[in-house]
Amino acid sequence: MQRSHRGSIIATLVVVLFAGLLVFAYQHRDSGHNSAPITAVGSTALQPLVEAAGEDFQRSNPGTSVTVQGGGSGTGLSQIAQGAVSLGNSDLYAEEKKGIDTKNLVDHRVAVVGIVPIMNQGTGVTNLTQSQLTDIFTGKVKNWKEVGGKDQEIVLVNRAAGSGTRAAFEKWGMNGAHSKEAQEQDSSGMVKSIVKTTPGAISYVAFAYKSNDVTMAKVNGVEPSNENVENGSYPLWSYEHIYTNGKGNAQVQKFLEYMESESFQKKYVEKLGYISMNKMKIDRDLNGHVTLVQKG
Amino acid sequence: MNAKTADKVATGVIYAIAGSVALVLFAMLAFILVRGLPHLSWHFLTSAARSFEAGGGIGIQLFNSFYLLILAMLISFPIALGAAIYLNEYAKKNSLWVSIVRTSIEVMSSLPSVVVGLFGFLIFVVKFKLGFSILSGAIALTIFNLPILTRSIETSLSQIPNLQREAGAALGLSRFETVIHIILPASVPSIVTGVVISAGRVFGEAAALIYTAGQSAPTLDFTDWNPFNMASPLSPFRPAETLAVHIWKINSEGIMPDISEVSAGASAVLIIVVLLFNFSARRLGQLLYKKLTKA
Amino acid sequence: MDLITEKIKKTSLSTKQDRFGKAISILALLFIAAIVVMIFAFVITRGFATFTSNKINVFDFLFGTNWNPSVVDKKTGLPGVGAAPLIIGSLAVTFLAALIATPFAIGTAVFMTEVAKKRGAKIMQPVIELLVGIPSVVYGVIGLTVVVPFVRSIFGGTGLGILSGTIVLCVMILPTITSMTVDTLKAVPRHYRESALAIGATRWQMIYKVILRAATPGILTAIVFGMARAFGEALAVQMVIGNAANMPESLVSPSATLTSVLTMGIGNTVMGSLQNNVLWSLAMILLLMSLVFNILIRWIGSKGELK
Repeated sequence: MQRSHRGSIIATLVVVLFAGLLVFAYQHRDSGHNSAPITAVGSTALQPLVEAAGEDFQRSNPGTSVTVQGGGSGTGLSQIAQGAVSLGNSDLYAEEKKGIDTKNLVDHRVAVVGIVPIMNQGTGVTNLTQSQLTDIFTGKVKNWKEVGGKDQEIVLVNRAAGSGTRAAFEKWGMNGAHSKEAQEQDSSGMVKSIVKTTPGAISYVAFAYKSNDVTMAKVNGVEPSNENVENGSYPLWSYEHIYTNGKGNAQVQKFLEYMESESFQKKYVEKLGYISMNKMKIDRDLNGHVTLVQKG
Repeated sequence: MNAKTADKVATGVIYAIAGSVALVLFAMLAFILVRGLPHLSWHFLTSAARSFEAGGGIGIQLFNSFYLLILAMLISFPIALGAAIYLNEYAKKNSLWVSIVRTSIEVMSSLPSVVVGLFGFLIFVVKFKLGFSILSGAIALTIFNLPILTRSIETSLSQIPNLQREAGAALGLSRFETVIHIILPASVPSIVTGVVISAGRVFGEAAALIYTAGQSAPTLDFTDWNPFNMASPLSPFRPAETLAVHIWKINSEGIMPDISEVSAGASAVLIIVVLLFNFSARRLGQLLYKKLTKA
Repeated sequence: MDLITEKIKKTSLSTKQDRFGKAISILALLFIAAIVVMIFAFVITRGFATFTSNKINVFDFLFGTNWNPSVVDKKTGLPGVGAAPLIIGSLAVTFLAALIATPFAIGTAVFMTEVAKKRGAKIMQPVIELLVGIPSVVYGVIGLTVVVPFVRSIFGGTGLGILSGTIVLCVMILPTITSMTVDTLKAVPRHYRESALAIGATRWQMIYKVILRAATPGILTAIVFGMARAFGEALAVQMVIGNAANMPESLVSPSATLTSVLTMGIGNTVMGSLQNNVLWSLAMILLLMSLVFNILIRWIGSKGELK
């Protein structure tokens, strides 16, 4: 009996001590550092850029915290529409995604992403027109020799249905056609390594994942380069959007201003494989109307 | 073929099968370690990850993994222990509701961890506004861990022969006293083994954490140990990417130039930690067994 | 005298303790049960939304062969929500993995309990435990870097497909089946062995004709248990199966499973939309299947208990 009493006394002491420590810690907490964090959720393609911006922003604005999560454009848009997060990252215009209440959403375009068709090195093809891309991905063309390559079967590797890169590819690369059901991978890294190792494979990745292990196709004879995207001659690209619900609080506005600022666009955007908004000579709206940007 | 040759052939086949299983394991371990070990260094283990430059480490992820594991264990162990004690000591063996609960625990243990993660995301992260945080992650891990742990503790308890319970009853002890003073001490070694092994599984879990503890590892201030500060390593409200999530993330969307090195190194660390858990579990179990049975 | 009767009639300290302990342990169990109920309710309400608010026919969902929820089929005017290819893919990898893993598992278990009792258990026990401990992400990485190229070099194509998934899953469920089989073999009473040997059976005859027969229900339970694990596995399978939601043409053509489609799609769909609801319906199938597996286990267990 005595032994068990000793045990319970020690246990009580430990609990009391622990609770005391917690209270002490709570009273001495650094309240200045605990302002509501900025949470960004969504597109995995945009994630690294926002992460880099967040790290920099926290450094120059002590006391704020920026947390960035992936989860996909769909998650980002639905969370921001519900107001559950402060920023929703998306590869698409919110209007393009079904089921999103776009009424309160404010669009901030922070960067441009170019998309390049990649092929296994043995296909013998280096240039594809948009109609050839459409034929390949809708399954009309099944062999590389039909588009001027070797006699080899075409293996399609798609991105996950609903992913931003796939939506952009189908919209701007395949003139809005839907690609046929084929194998899907949900990440650029996987796509690249599968195309690299599978004879006859074709897929598409963002410019950030360009690699010499695979053949990067010209589209309509235009080299997939930043310059060609900026002047509008290369068609396969999309804006990266950050959406806010309403205008967002002061912190959020400050953060977005920072992301759109000249210094940030210069310092990080190209280094991380995106194309800077400031360099774009053209502007393309939701329906594909292209206008020249007035530099003022 | 007469019975004797059949016996010899069968024995040979069985040896071959067991050998090949062991071979598969060693080949896998060797594969991971050979690829990963050359990238391990003190710097790699302690420095922060970099999102787009080479030379990042896994320091914060490693810390997060352990912290999350400890929290999850603190929450799940008492619950699992209580449930296991009830199932094994109090419950009537053939009652309907016990068998329903038992079935539901088993269904839960074969639940895909993605579903657990999404459940955690929609309920804790969004509904309860816990955000992407260690706390949400720990709760998701608890849900993932509870069925495994309950089962393993229950097995440990059921291995204690009924004689011990009868002896307790004969001495006039209540059932609760028998459990606390006789059954639990006797089963401590195997419970500890079970706990540590399930800790290994929790350590390697990724899918349940992607949407709960999040995929970002903000820099931590390792001089600030006040759990109520955001930058403190102990803060349960900060997002925390763990090692397993990190491996998953860089394999899918990483853009740093040394992805394969970091991935191989991190996988090796993950495997080494799990190996350590397993070996220490056996050693600890044996040690405790010796100590407790000598007295 | 009164004092004593009073003392006896009063609930003693240990009775109170006992009630307290029992209450606490019931509470813990109820807590777990509550979580299970919550998850079930959650998945089922979400999963049923496909049929109630999106008006999809249950049979179209279960037996349709066109899976492409974001595209509306021109012929039927409905989005492609036929989950049959995914269900078949899941069942195929599960059964094939169990088929391959079982002989290895039984062989290893017999090795550990009958053939090389001391040495076998000493070496194989840690091996089995380590196999359980390897995280599924790592299994996926190994599958992608070793198994897939291997399959490709033999059968051509991409190497991604049911066969690769089967091989990876087979290694993943092997330890589960083995360790449960070991337990049932150990539970076969000693006198079975002794009587078999006493009437002049060789060791193999004893194993084959007596022990394995006596342990059959237990082994079946172990296999079903392994299959339940295989059915729910997501990350590793997703990395090696190729994720093409077509009817599987062959073992080496890219296919998809319920879990792989679920993991990939959930982040890219919008909460409350048809594309999202239909994924929760897949999760519901997963849940129901694991319920089926568990009932099966119970049924086998109660049928063939060693008497």
